[in-house]
Amino acid sequence: MTASVHSIAEVMTGPTGHRGWRARLTAWRVPLSILVLCLLPWVLPSQALAVNVLIYGLLAVGYNLLFGYTGMLSFGHAAFFGAGAYAAGLGIGQLGLPWYAAIPFGMLVGGALAFAVGLLSIRTRGIYFSMVTLALAQLVYYAALQSSSITGGENGLRGFTVARIELFGWSVDFLDPVKKYYVLMVFAAVALWLVSRVLASPFGAVIEAIRENETRARACGYDVERTKVMAFTLSGLVCALAGTLFALHLAIVPLDTLSIQTSGMIVMMTLLGGAGSFFGPFVGALAFLLMEDVVALWTPHWQIVVGTVFILFVLFLPKGIWGTLIAWRAGR
Amino acid sequence: MTKGLPTLPITRRHALAGLAAGTATLAMPGLLRAQSETIRIGFPTPLTGPYAAEAKDQVRSAELAVKLVNDKGGIAGRKVELLVRDDKLNAGEAATRTLELIEKEKVHAVVGSLSSAVQLAINEVTRARGVIFVSISQSDTINEVKDFSRFTFHEALNPHMTTAAVAKHTFKPGMKIAYLVADYAFGHEILRGFKRAQAAIGATSVGEILHPIGAPDYSTFMPRLRAMKPDILCICNFGRDQANSIKQAVDFGLNKQDRIVVPVLLYTQRLGIGAEAFEGVVGGANYYWRLQDTLPSAKAFNDAYKAAYSGAYPTDYGAYGYTGVSSLLLAMAKAGGTDTDKVIAALEGLTYDVAKGPQHYRKCDHQSVQSVLVLESKAKADTPEEADPFRILAVEPASEDILRSCAELGFPS
Amino acid sequence: MDAELIAMQLFSGVALGAILVMVALGLSIIFGMLGVVNFAHGALFMVGAYAGLWIASLTGSFWWGLLLAPLLVGAFGMLIERVLIRPLYKRSIDDPLLLTFGLAYVLVEAVRILFGNEGMPFPTPPELAGVADLGIGYFPIYRLFVVGVVAVVLLLLWLGLEKTKFGLIVRAGARDPQIMRVLGVDVAKVWLLVFGLGVGLTALGGVLAAPMRSVDPEMGALVLAEAFVVTVIGGMGSLVGAVVAGLLIGIAISMTALFAPEMATIVMFALMALVLLVRPQGLFGKPGRA
Repeated sequence: MTASVHSIAEVMTGPTGHRGWRARLTAWRVPLSILVLCLLPWVLPSQALAVNVLIYGLLAVGYNLLFGYTGMLSFGHAAFFGAGAYAAGLGIGQLGLPWYAAIPFGMLVGGALAFAVGLLSIRTRGIYFSMVTLALAQLVYYAALQSSSITGGENGLRGFTVARIELFGWSVDFLDPVKKYYVLMVFAAVALWLVSRVLASPFGAVIEAIRENETRARACGYDVERTKVMAFTLSGLVCALAGTLFALHLAIVPLDTLSIQTSGMIVMMTLLGGAGSFFGPFVGALAFLLMEDVVALWTPHWQIVVGTVFILFVLFLPKGIWGTLIAWRAGR
Repeated sequence: MTKGLPTLPITRRHALAGLAAGTATLAMPGLLRAQSETIRIGFPTPLTGPYAAEAKDQVRSAELAVKLVNDKGGIAGRKVELLVRDDKLNAGEAATRTLELIEKEKVHAVVGSLSSAVQLAINEVTRARGVIFVSISQSDTINEVKDFSRFTFHEALNPHMTTAAVAKHTFKPGMKIAYLVADYAFGHEILRGFKRAQAAIGATSVGEILHPIGAPDYSTFMPRLRAMKPDILCICNFGRDQANSIKQAVDFGLNKQDRIVVPVLLYTQRLGIGAEAFEGVVGGANYYWRLQDTLPSAKAFNDAYKAAYSGAYPTDYGAYGYTGVSSLLLAMAKAGGTDTDKVIAALEGLTYDVAKGPQHYRKCDHQSVQSVLVLESKAKADTPEEADPFRILAVEPASEDILRSCAELGFPS
Repeated sequence: MDAELIAMQLFSGVALGAILVMVALGLSIIFGMLGVVNFAHGALFMVGAYAGLWIASLTGSFWWGLLLAPLLVGAFGMLIERVLIRPLYKRSIDDPLLLTFGLAYVLVEAVRILFGNEGMPFPTPPELAGVADLGIGYFPIYRLFVVGVVAVVLLLLWLGLEKTKFGLIVRAGARDPQIMRVLGVDVAKVWLLVFGLGVGLTALGGVLAAPMRSVDPEMGALVLAEAFVVTVIGGMGSLVGAVVAGLLIGIAISMTALFAPEMATIVMFALMALVLLVRPQGLFGKPGRA
C-alpha cells in the first residue's frame, strides 16, 4: 500500500510534507473505518439507523469505485443493490440456502448482472452512459415488478426471516439488533479491506488514470474497455453485497430497492461525502441518513432541506464533506 | 402534508413525548415500572407522500382513541401513548421505523400502514419478534396462510369483501362488465373479487385491460373500453391512478355510456378531484360520517372527533386509525395489561362497536368481520354541504359470507 | 381488432406524444446549446401545471393560465440559469446534472408546502369540454385542442429558428458552440434566453397536460423519464429528433396499450436501451457527442 498510487492528483500537487500524514491515513484507513463502524450503534439515535449507515455506506463505497475513482456517472446502481438483495432473499426462502451461502449467492447474481450491464453500457460515454445505465436499471425494476410470482411484485419479497444464525457451533440471536449489527459489520469490514487493496493495486492506478484522461490512458497502452468493465463489475459486486446485508437485516426486499430513487440516493450520498475518497461515501451515507432522520422529526418536508444542502454542496463544496476536509487540511 | 403545517406539531410533539417518556422510564426503579409503565403503541403512517391527507386523518383518529381511554383513567391504571412515525409509504422505511419502535421505544403493539407493501413489511418484522400488529390497509394477501401471523390482526376491509359488497349492489344478471385493472397485487385482488361476484350474480365480462401502476395517462385504453360497450366499467385501482383514470374516462364520455364502479371511494380524493368527474361513481368504503343517521356509535365517534378537531368530520381511512386503536385498547383492558398472549386471546374473543356497527376478528385469519358501505358520489348540484359528497346506497352488514372461507385461505379446518 | 379501433389508437398516440414533444424539445434545446442535462425538467413541468392552476384561479380563466404560466416559469428558469447553473459551466458536465437533480427535490417539496400533497383538480375549460365525433370514433375536444396548440407552437418555433437572427445564432450554436464565441456573440445572454425558452416549453406542456389529469407534486417524475427516453432516442440536442421521437413514443405506447397493455412502460425503456446500443447518438444525433 503506497501513497504514490493513491491518487494521481495528490502525487502531482501534494507537497512532500503533506504526503506524510496522508500516507499514514491511507495505511490506516481500513482499521480506522472498522473502529468507527464498531462505535456507530452506540453514538447514533437508534441501532436501526446504525445498520442503515453500515449498509448504505458500503453501497456508496461500491458506487464510488465507479463514479469517484473511474469517473463514470451511473444512474442505475440500484439494480445491483436490489439484485443482491432479491437473490439473497430468494436463496434463503426458495432455494433453502443457509444465510452464509446466501451472501455469496447474492453477490454472484448482482455481479453477473453488473458484468452484463457494464459490457453494454461502456460502449457509450458521458451523458449517454448515465442514460443507458438508467434505462437498463429501469428494465430490471419493471422485470421485478412483472414477475411477481417470484419476486412478490409490488408487495416485495417476504418469507425468509433469519431469526438465529449458527456457525461453527456458535449460535447468535439474529433478532437482537446489536448482535445483528456486528455480524453484518464483519462482512462490510472484509469488503472495505478488499476495496482498499484494489485501490492500492496497479488496477487502482489505472482506473484513476482513465478518470483523469481516457485518451492518455489508452495511449499509454491500457485496455480501457476491459478496465472499465472490470471496474463496473467490481463496483456492482460491492453494491450487491450491500444488498444481501440489507435483505438479511430487514428480512424483506421492497421493490423500492430497485427504483430510480434508490439510484439517485446512492449518487447523492457519494457526492455529499466526497466522491473519489476512501472515507467519503461512508461520511456521505452517515450525513444523508442522519439529516433525514433528524430533519424528519421536526418537519415532514425534509426533502427541501436535503435538496438544498445537496445543491449547496454541488455549488460550493464539490469535493464533498470528506474531500473538503482533506483539501483544507492539506492546504494549511 | 397538504395542509402541511398542521401535522407538524403532532409529529414533533410525539417525538419529544417519546424522548421524555424514555428518560422517565430510565429514571424509574425497575419494580415500579412494571405496573405504572405507560402503554406505548407504535403508529407508522405515510405522513409524506400522496396519501399524506389520509395519514393525517389516521393520526388524528388514533390520537382521539388514545385520548378517550386516557380520559377514563387509562388501562389498568396505565396511561397510553401513541408514537407516530413517518413510513414515507415505503416498505423499507416502514420496516426500519418498526424496528426502531420495537428495539428502541419498546412499544407494546404496532397499529398502522397504508399500503399493501408497507403492511406486509411491518407484518414480517412484528411476526419475527412476537409483537402485536393491527394492520389498517386493504389487502387479501395478509389473510392468506403464507403471510399469517398470530400476532397480526387485520382491521381494514380486504379487497374480497369490498368487491363482494359493491358488486352485490351494482351488478345485475345479464349485465356486461368491462375491467380496467392496475397491474399489481391490489389490482389483481380487486379483479378476482369482482369476477367472482360477477359469476355468482350472472353478469358477464366483456374484457379486462391491465394498466401499469402509477400511469398518468389512460387515453390509450379508452377507445378499446368504449368499443366493448359495457353496462358497467369497473376501474380496479386506487388513489391517484383512480382519480386520473376516472377523469379521463369521463373526458372520453364513457360515463354517458356506462356506469363507473370502483372498489374504494376515497373521501379526500373526491374532494381533491371535484364533483364533476366523480358524479355517479359508485364504490365501497369502510366508513362514512353519514352513518350517524342510523348508528349511535357513529354519532358518538363523529361528535368526539368534531369536538377534538374544531368541527371536522372523520374520513374513511382516518376512521381505521380509530377503530384499529380502539379494538386493541379494548382488548388490552380486557386482558388487564399488555401480556401478548392474553391480549391476543382478548382480541380473538372481542366483539366491538366503536363507529360502524358490531365487529369481531375471525379466529382463523384475524380478519375483522365488519359492515361494508356502498357509496355513490353525488352531483355538484346535490351537494350543498362540501363535507357531504356521498350518498349511502347500502350498508352490507358484517358477515363471514362475504369473506373467503378459512379453508380457501389455506388454514387447516 | 377492427381498422377503426387501430386508427383511433394511432390518433390517441399522437395526442399523447404531443405533450411529450413539448417537454422533450425543451430538454433537447437546453442540452444542445448549453450541454446541460436538466434533471429538474420534470419538476419544472409540474411547476408549470401549478402556475397555470394558480393563475387560472386568480383570473378565473384557463386562457390566462395557458398564456402567462409558461412566461412566468420561463422567467424563473432564467433565474435558475443565472444563479445556479452559470457558475458550473467551466466544470465537469456531471455538475449541472447533479445540481438540477437536487433542484428537482427542492421544487417538488416547495410545491408540496405551497399547494399541499394530494394534488388539486384542474377542470377542463368549459369551452373545450365534451367529445367530438371524428368519424372513426369519439375523441375529447380538449385533446384535439392540445394537438392543435402543439402544432402551432412547433410552427412558431420553426419560424423563429429559421427566420430570425436569434434563431440563426441558436442553430449555429447547436451545431458548434465554439463558432459563436469566435464570432463574438454574447454567449451568456443567448444561453440565458435558451434556458428560459426550454423551461417555458416544458411549463407549457405542464399547463396543457393539467386538465387531462389531476395536478400533483409528483407528476413531473414520470414525465422526466419519458422525456429522457424521447431525447435519447431522437438524439440529444436534435430538435427534429425530439419531435419525431416524441410522436413515435406516443404511438408505441398507444399500440402496446392495445396489444399488451401492461408492457406499455417497459417498451419505452427497452426501445431506448436498444437505440443506445445500436446507434448511441440517437436517430438524429451527431456521432461526435456520444
